[in-house]
Amino acid sequence: MNRLLAALASRLVIVVPYLWLLVFFLVPFVIVFKISLSFTALAMPPYTPVFDLQQGLSGLMAALGELTVENYLWLFQDQLYVNAYLSSLWIAAVSTVLALLVGYPLAYGMARAPESVRPVLLMLVILPFWTSFLIRVYAWIGILKPEGLLNQFLFFLGAIDEPLIILNTNTAIYIGIVYSYLPFMVLPIYATLERMDHSLVEAAQDLGCPPVTAFWKVTFPLSMPGVVAGSMLVFIPAVGEFVIPDLLGGSRTLMIGKTLWQEFFSNRDWPVASAVAVILLVILIVPIMLFQRAQARAQEKGL
Amino acid sequence: MKSLGSIRRSFAPWADPAAVPYIAFEGVTKTFGAFAAVNNLSLTIYEREFFALLGASGCGKSTLLRMLAGFEEPTAGRILLEGEDLRGIPPYRRPVNMMFQSYALFPHMSVEANIAFGLRQDGMPKAAIAERVAEMLKLVKLEPFARRKPHQLSGGQRQRVALARSLAKRPKVLLLDEPLGALDKKLREETQFELMDLQQELGLTFVVVTHDQEEAMTMADRIAVMDRGEVIQVATPAEIYEAPSSRFVADFVGTVNMFEGTVAERSDAGVVIAEAGGMRLRAAEGGAAGPGDTVWFAIRPEKVRVSAARPPEAGNAVEGEVWDIAYLGDVTVYHIRLDDGRIVKATAINSRRVVEDALTWHDRAWVSFAADAGVVLTR
Repeated sequence: MNRLLAALASRLVIVVPYLWLLVFFLVPFVIVFKISLSFTALAMPPYTPVFDLQQGLSGLMAALGELTVENYLWLFQDQLYVNAYLSSLWIAAVSTVLALLVGYPLAYGMARAPESVRPVLLMLVILPFWTSFLIRVYAWIGILKPEGLLNQFLFFLGAIDEPLIILNTNTAIYIGIVYSYLPFMVLPIYATLERMDHSLVEAAQDLGCPPVTAFWKVTFPLSMPGVVAGSMLVFIPAVGEFVIPDLLGGSRTLMIGKTLWQEFFSNRDWPVASAVAVILLVILIVPIMLFQRAQARAQEKGL
Repeated sequence: MKSLGSIRRSFAPWADPAAVPYIAFEGVTKTFGAFAAVNNLSLTIYEREFFALLGASGCGKSTLLRMLAGFEEPTAGRILLEGEDLRGIPPYRRPVNMMFQSYALFPHMSVEANIAFGLRQDGMPKAAIAERVAEMLKLVKLEPFARRKPHQLSGGQRQRVALARSLAKRPKVLLLDEPLGALDKKLREETQFELMDLQQELGLTFVVVTHDQEEAMTMADRIAVMDRGEVIQVATPAEIYEAPSSRFVADFVGTVNMFEGTVAERSDAGVVIAEAGGMRLRAAEGGAAGPGDTVWFAIRPEKVRVSAARPPEAGNAVEGEVWDIAYLGDVTVYHIRLDDGRIVKATAINSRRVVEDALTWHDRAWVSFAADAGVVLTR
């Protein structure tokens, strides 16, 4: 009896995460997917058909027959959506590269710091999370606007004669994304670098590599799992980012998160908004799968 | 290849006053904060020598090796290689290579690429690299594993890759940091002999750091016994074992029975020591000890005989009780408890399969040793 219970309990442990995924990911996804196949309607909810269990199986079948892929076709007919997707991918890619350029030296410095100060540095990287994300993005408006802190400071230094226009441009979006997602880049890279056996670098130097060469031939390749993980953690949420382009970007900034929001709330076109979301998910699944493959390979190597 | 013995027997440049040292540490000190890892140390190593730095962990032996490799700079003093001061020369420009304790194999490169790493760095032509890598793989008998990654190899194979990689550039000196520490006992013993053969074959100078005295004794031409940043004694393995310069060396290398006492008589036949427990010990050589000096008489267990009856012609003999017997197959270790409670250790070689009148627990027994079997130490 006890053994049976133990066996059941061990199964249950595996069931929990699957149940979680089912309830909080798969079910909502199916709902969104169903809406994406519907028509808009001036009703509550604003789409049709609506499944009504009271009409029995035949009613359900009839409702299923009404579903359409028209919304998806529409996404490819209007250039706006394709451009928004491409622009989002581009902005996310540029932001990821910038975050890597800023984050890698940071992570390297932390990993090379004396062991006693590392926890403090780690704390400092995580510290911004203690303030609301929204407030931190609003704060950037105060810094970047024409009469903001940055321009005032540059005026004070005498570096500029007229204010730099940064707010409401893509530059502001890059700054916002790099700033917000930097910890996600720094932490995985720091973890791989900190774990790395320093005698590998010494061995490279011993075999004739000056420090810079040793870095590119040994340290950097061995930190690739961290670089890949960090890049994915920045790139994936950045593609669908809404708050940063909405607050810091301009009216001409095209990002899919913003488009989705407009379809949903301004246009009240739930089916098209759902289709936009489904396509976004499909686009993001590719890098996520690449990421998981890279991780599996790294684990196999025991890195 | 000539037999090792014939080459080895005649190899003793340290005994030749005209010989020029290959590596010289001159008054080298290395401090980390207030801690002196190496303290005003001087040492000379000769070309083609297999030199071992032996000591417990924290004695400064690894720091010494790292200074030679260039990873640390001496705080004071200088290190010479072929008469050239190494100060300021970074590790990547020193003609020495190191085999790391952790092996430090590059996990993202194949065995081949690991071995070729230093050669590529030097810009050697591709064909020459391939040839050298093949030669190295053959040397360490790893030809079938050239394309494997380090994580696909056993511990012993990794050790060979590390060795091949550090030898590939034909360094003037090969530094080995606990080279066999991660191997199991049997493999370690085999590899010790392989390393010796390799060193002879290549004619290189090897400096090995180890805490394993057996390893040092097996491989090295000379051993430097270190303690707290200082060299206590530099000598051949036989001298270190048979003629240790101090109690520390006698105790650190091998097992020893130590008797403290004062010199009671001194004559041409040696000294008589009035031992603290009341025994009078005869020693053939008294060294520099004069009458009244405090000395220690050190005797190795294999030079102590155990017998049921008092042997008629022993220089020294004392009676006790068999306290413990450990049968190890090749030898038997006896612990004889003297009447004042002290334990004397003795080992007997089991040269016959069956020993008749064997001693057993709690038998009365005599331990005896010749006057020239032990050494008198003054410090």
